[in-house]
Amino acid sequence: MSSFPMAAPEKAGIKYLKLSLLFVAAVVVLAGGFVFLKEYKDSKLLLILFAVVWGVGSTILLYTVLNAVAETFPRKVRTWVLPLVFAGPALVLLVWFLVLPTVRTLGLSFFDETSTKFVGLDNYFYAFTNPTMLESFGNNLLWLFFGTAGTVVLGLLIAVLADRSPWEAGFKALIFLPMAISFVGAGVIWKFIYAYKGEGIADIGLLNAVVVAFGGTSQAWLQLPIWNNFLLIVIMIWLQTGYAMVILSSAIKNIPEEHLEAARIDGASEFQIFFRIIIPSILGSIITVTTTIVIFSLKLFDIVRVMTGGNFGTNVVANQFYVEQFTFGSTGHASAIAIVLLVAIVPVLIYNLRQFAERKAFA
Amino acid sequence: MSRSLTAGKKPPVLQKIIVTVILSAVALVWTVPTLGVLVTSFRDSKDIFSSGWWTVLPHQGWTKTGTFEADAALDLDQPITLEGTTAEFADWRAGVSVTPDRQLKWIGNKRTHTVEVSERRWVGFGVNLTWDNYANVLSAGEIKFKDGEGKELSRLGNNFADAVLNSLAVSIPATLIPILIAAFAAFAFAWMEFPGRKTLFVMVVALLVVPLQIALIPILQDFTNLDLNGTYLAMWLAHTGFGLPLAIYLLFNYISSLPRDILESAYIDGATPFITFVRLILPLSVPALASFAIFQFLWVWNDYLVALIFLGDRNRVVTSALAAMVGEKGQDWHLLTSGAFLSMILPLAVFFALQRFFVRGLMAGSIKG
Repeated sequence: MSSFPMAAPEKAGIKYLKLSLLFVAAVVVLAGGFVFLKEYKDSKLLLILFAVVWGVGSTILLYTVLNAVAETFPRKVRTWVLPLVFAGPALVLLVWFLVLPTVRTLGLSFFDETSTKFVGLDNYFYAFTNPTMLESFGNNLLWLFFGTAGTVVLGLLIAVLADRSPWEAGFKALIFLPMAISFVGAGVIWKFIYAYKGEGIADIGLLNAVVVAFGGTSQAWLQLPIWNNFLLIVIMIWLQTGYAMVILSSAIKNIPEEHLEAARIDGASEFQIFFRIIIPSILGSIITVTTTIVIFSLKLFDIVRVMTGGNFGTNVVANQFYVEQFTFGSTGHASAIAIVLLVAIVPVLIYNLRQFAERKAFA
Repeated sequence: MSRSLTAGKKPPVLQKIIVTVILSAVALVWTVPTLGVLVTSFRDSKDIFSSGWWTVLPHQGWTKTGTFEADAALDLDQPITLEGTTAEFADWRAGVSVTPDRQLKWIGNKRTHTVEVSERRWVGFGVNLTWDNYANVLSAGEIKFKDGEGKELSRLGNNFADAVLNSLAVSIPATLIPILIAAFAAFAFAWMEFPGRKTLFVMVVALLVVPLQIALIPILQDFTNLDLNGTYLAMWLAHTGFGLPLAIYLLFNYISSLPRDILESAYIDGATPFITFVRLILPLSVPALASFAIFQFLWVWNDYLVALIFLGDRNRVVTSALAAMVGEKGQDWHLLTSGAFLSMILPLAVFFALQRFFVRGLMAGSIKG
């Protein structure tokens, strides 16, 4: 373990020489790599290889240099400098990317679209009275309720049934699979299912083919108000049920065998066992899954953006945030909407903090 | 199965069948959408535009079996009788079923006297397999394909090859950098004494659920000032910042549960905290690191919002390239399906190879009492 400077046996002069060399090397690598990435245009493959090595290498180098510097300090100083080296970069990034932006967004939400004129609560007034926003809130409620309920109920059902099947792993893998697919990819998959070519043209969309086979007529489903919301919610259920299933399934497997046996000996039916033993035993996990999916449905953006762009009565709050900022350039409105989203999530945040406090992770 | 729940009132065999039937139905519904896209991506573009992908499966369909010449003496202004069925000329031109499984159709005008015969027959597995869709979607140059009528169309390719490379350049560092930074921080939170340790960790837990939208506008302003928009570096920074709360939380849970003796004996041997961390803690934490790595990789690879805002149209990643294609070429299903599948291959492979770690990460990420 002597390859790293340990501040003890070496002569001070050599130590500082090594340190300054390391420091110079770090600056050269960081700045040189940055300039190279900006200027280099010849081979994309080479560029990407370089980018990956440079990005990861710079991070490693950063910690090595910081640590080397910290270790030159006397012992007493080191004990408070070292934690700064270890946790510092993470804290800087957290403050830059999450803490400060929250405060800054709050500030922006009181100003007009150019962020120059103070407008008080006007943007919030807009957020709660604008017809598009009201429509978005309504749709988010649909997502929140039907999306969450669909995902959790289906996930629970599959978890319970799969527990009794000899092919449990196979079934679960198939239902879990969409978790690896992006929302954009899922959007294409389902857009193809809802595809509508026009009257009298052979259907290539599965939904229309099924509807016609049962005697109905083809529809442009995604343009059919109210129903299109549910067709989009189906995509979220398809994507997220695997998550609910996995968490709930592991909770079910943790129920002590004796509880179930005892109930059976007392003559309880499978339904009674389900409602009186399984559900209460895994309630904690059900709450966890539900809150995760509730947050997910509040922030939902990609599916709506790709499928309908928020048109035909399918707009949601997160999409309206995007439209306000990037289509209308109205920073004030967008910031207010972001704050509204944050406030909607605060109850979950408080619940998490309480749970964390109860765990006493810092005894 | 480690445990049998079949001691209910119903006979176990019947119950087993019901369970299997329900699960099979659900699994089928869950798989068919992806399967349809996979099959379509390998079909000829002309076929894609004229028939549903499920027609590659065995089904009953109308097939042309031949033609015959109608009697030249027929009076075409009167109802015409062919094979025992009588109908007007206009009907014959549209096609008339003489039996449920046999259809006759007059081809051309009244002078041709040619009748086409179609019969309903079983069509087996049939598909014109082609790699063209993939070649076309990857290409950046001009591409040609046939529409439903066999007419040749040309478009400018979407350069998906470039998007895949961009996705790799964004995803790999945006996975490794936050892991490294979070591991250092988690070690500090777990095993170092410093003022504000608890308060700062509570902040991390609070940040776990903060929606991304809250940060996008200010960070975009910063990146504009620093001239970072459209660069990989911007994406690495953004994904690192947004991914850190979960990374620190997960790794803290793991690293803080390592036995204290390991650290103490390392310190007694004269190892510095840095060396202890690199040579001891990191190797011991591989399971937790792997769990988060898969999590973060899937998240970054599949992300659309962050890429849309900080990359824009420069250096498009697969999700933004695919979304752009939906907007520009919403009906070109041969390109959309092959593009969608290209965007899914890597995450699916990672997911199936390392599913065990992923599930462990999911569990650890769920905050429970």
